[in-house]
Amino acid sequence: MSLFEYAPAPESRSIVDIAPSYGLFIDGEFAAAKNAFKTVNPATEEVLSEVAVADAEDVDRAVAAARRAFESWSALPGAERAKYLFRIARIIQERSRELAVLESLDNGKPIKESRDVDLPLVAAHFFYYAGWADKLSYAGYGTTPLGVAAQVIPWNFPLMMLAWKIAPALATGNTVVLKPAETTPLTALFFADICRQAELPPGVVNIITGAGETGRLLVEHPDVNKVAFTGSTEVGRQIAQSVAGTRKRLSLELGGKAANIVFDDAPIDQAVEGIVNGIFFNQGHVCCAGSRLLVQESISDSFVEALKRRMATLRVGDPLDKNTDIGAINSAAQLARISDLSEIGSAEGAERWSPPCDLPTSGYWFAPTIFTGVTQAHRIAREEIFGPVLSVLTFRTPAEAIEKANNTPYGLSAGIWSEKGSLILAVADKLRAGVIWANTFNKFDPTSPFGGYKESGYGREGGRHGLEAYLA
Amino acid sequence: MPKSSAPTRLAVRKTYKLYIGGAFPRSESGRTYLVKGDNVALASRKDVRDAVSAARKAQAKWAGATAYNRGQILYRAAEMLEGRRKEFTALGVPAAEVEAATDRLVWYAGWSDKIAQVVGAANPVAGPFFNLSAPEPTGVVGVVAPASLLGLVSVIAPAIVTGNTVVVLAPGPQAAITLAEVLATSDLPGGVVNILTGHPAETAPWLASHDDVNALDLTGVDDAALATELERAAAGNLKRVLRPAEVAGDFTADPGLHPMTALLETKTVWHPKGF
Repeated sequence: MSLFEYAPAPESRSIVDIAPSYGLFIDGEFAAAKNAFKTVNPATEEVLSEVAVADAEDVDRAVAAARRAFESWSALPGAERAKYLFRIARIIQERSRELAVLESLDNGKPIKESRDVDLPLVAAHFFYYAGWADKLSYAGYGTTPLGVAAQVIPWNFPLMMLAWKIAPALATGNTVVLKPAETTPLTALFFADICRQAELPPGVVNIITGAGETGRLLVEHPDVNKVAFTGSTEVGRQIAQSVAGTRKRLSLELGGKAANIVFDDAPIDQAVEGIVNGIFFNQGHVCCAGSRLLVQESISDSFVEALKRRMATLRVGDPLDKNTDIGAINSAAQLARISDLSEIGSAEGAERWSPPCDLPTSGYWFAPTIFTGVTQAHRIAREEIFGPVLSVLTFRTPAEAIEKANNTPYGLSAGIWSEKGSLILAVADKLRAGVIWANTFNKFDPTSPFGGYKESGYGREGGRHGLEAYLA
Repeated sequence: MPKSSAPTRLAVRKTYKLYIGGAFPRSESGRTYLVKGDNVALASRKDVRDAVSAARKAQAKWAGATAYNRGQILYRAAEMLEGRRKEFTALGVPAAEVEAATDRLVWYAGWSDKIAQVVGAANPVAGPFFNLSAPEPTGVVGVVAPASLLGLVSVIAPAIVTGNTVVVLAPGPQAAITLAEVLATSDLPGGVVNILTGHPAETAPWLASHDDVNALDLTGVDDAALATELERAAAGNLKRVLRPAEVAGDFTADPGLHPMTALLETKTVWHPKGF
């Protein structure tokens, strides 16, 4: 029994009309493919639609379409390219509720997040890069596009990752073949329809669906000039190996194991909110999630108590319910990984705790979980879990906090909680991570460059810096 | 009467050793190879690992030095190079190239406290946040250097002026070690630049696959198959890779920002604003 009982407040799904099947979006047309797979709602395991699997021939056609479109698209005056992107941004704003509901259906994330975080950021990203298209000569990276960009995106923020990839690529005059994740293809296919609504020239954006094999065929295609990938470090490594010896440009946004450091002078309630947001936002399916809490030893007991109290009020359940804080885990495979690593956490001696919460009987669910008594040797402190699981470690001095925070092959993000400005700045200087949030967490903005150090990848998305990955 | 004449003075030769951690050790392997009449140290896998560990040890302090200080040291290196120009011309380096290398050091010295202003950004995010992006060094950079002195300076200077430390595999050993003597007398902290002589084809794979190296500059690799092999090995820990130029580099041209920015990370920090 949670603290408050809420009446159900479901968002209507009637705003979305999902077709029974979708083909591949190549050269401005939807084309059938030989094979298909099903995409399901992870909250109910209900099949939402059948989606095409692109094979080698399909990938060839998509890349060829993008190549043909490149000549005229790159020659178009920047101001005209900009207007297409502004159009797309506007259509996304107009259709944002539909897209938000669709995203929650296919991904499992709470409607509160898809509606208030994902979709506004998607539209803003197109709006931001639209404005760059005719101002590239002021950005400092030249004005020459690379050519055909092969883009492969993950399932955690399907439409937002699409925006982060497509908006800068088009603004700089490249054309795109994008593959959404196997478990979340639908919003990308709806985006294809938005491209048609915007009358974007055929071939400028091509969307092909499929699993890892389709992605591999795409990034290894010899007529691709640029590869942009967001996903696991393991796949990122394989891609880096596969582009070796080619002239393909590569940008990678990979895994993370971010430290969220709470000093003893931190504003406690605010920090608790930030820690909760840092790890439970989007079910913890966030590459920059604050999955390691480093709390100063002197306040750790009371802080963990406050954290548990707050966790007990999190509402887990129907993603389409407007009161839901934590939705469904995206897939059975991901649920298995989260469960396995959590079992390992217990087996290695860390203390596991979850608030009492009733999980739905169908679909993929995992209760918000914290582990205390975690050491740096534990696998739950070293490996990316990509789920709603927080590992709590303690420290005594700022130097120890910095050392522990940096003791990971990853370097995507970090958080610092303190009321002392000079401490924040000094610690931020020493953390080896690409994005650092001080007294806040998981903030994103199209003007703000995002990307990692070390094995979290290379290249930046967002901001002026985000243009570099798409210019020669 | 026996004819007395002063004996002609026998020259004191230089022993060309490696440059690791600010010292000039021989290769731990004990190996040498003959280059233009000199026995030069032939670096081994173990030397690569020692050099990486020296570079790692020096990195945080070098990155933490003020930009002003790093610029002063690079300028000092230019002064020392100017002073030793005869040593380089005696090794067969054209005088014009020594001058160009000196000028290149001066050029990079001036970048130390400007690069952050040119490539950083204040980002106008849609919310009450102070949001700043600033460059930071990648860390330890492995370099397969070109043979020429100007090429060598053109790969070392951009890496270190930005706060990285380097392990350099240098194919032109005498000039490279003489440059090490320039650097060793420029107040450059030991370990910031480490130079290994020998066969890059032998040592580079160890550098490319080393997990404590953050970036790999392949400017000096002219064998395409080797470059591919090294880039593939570098993917193991996702090193940033500077590929060899498509057409062999003209080091007299304006280098632009890329040799520096390729070895920089961008760190973006969000601070809330509020009363």
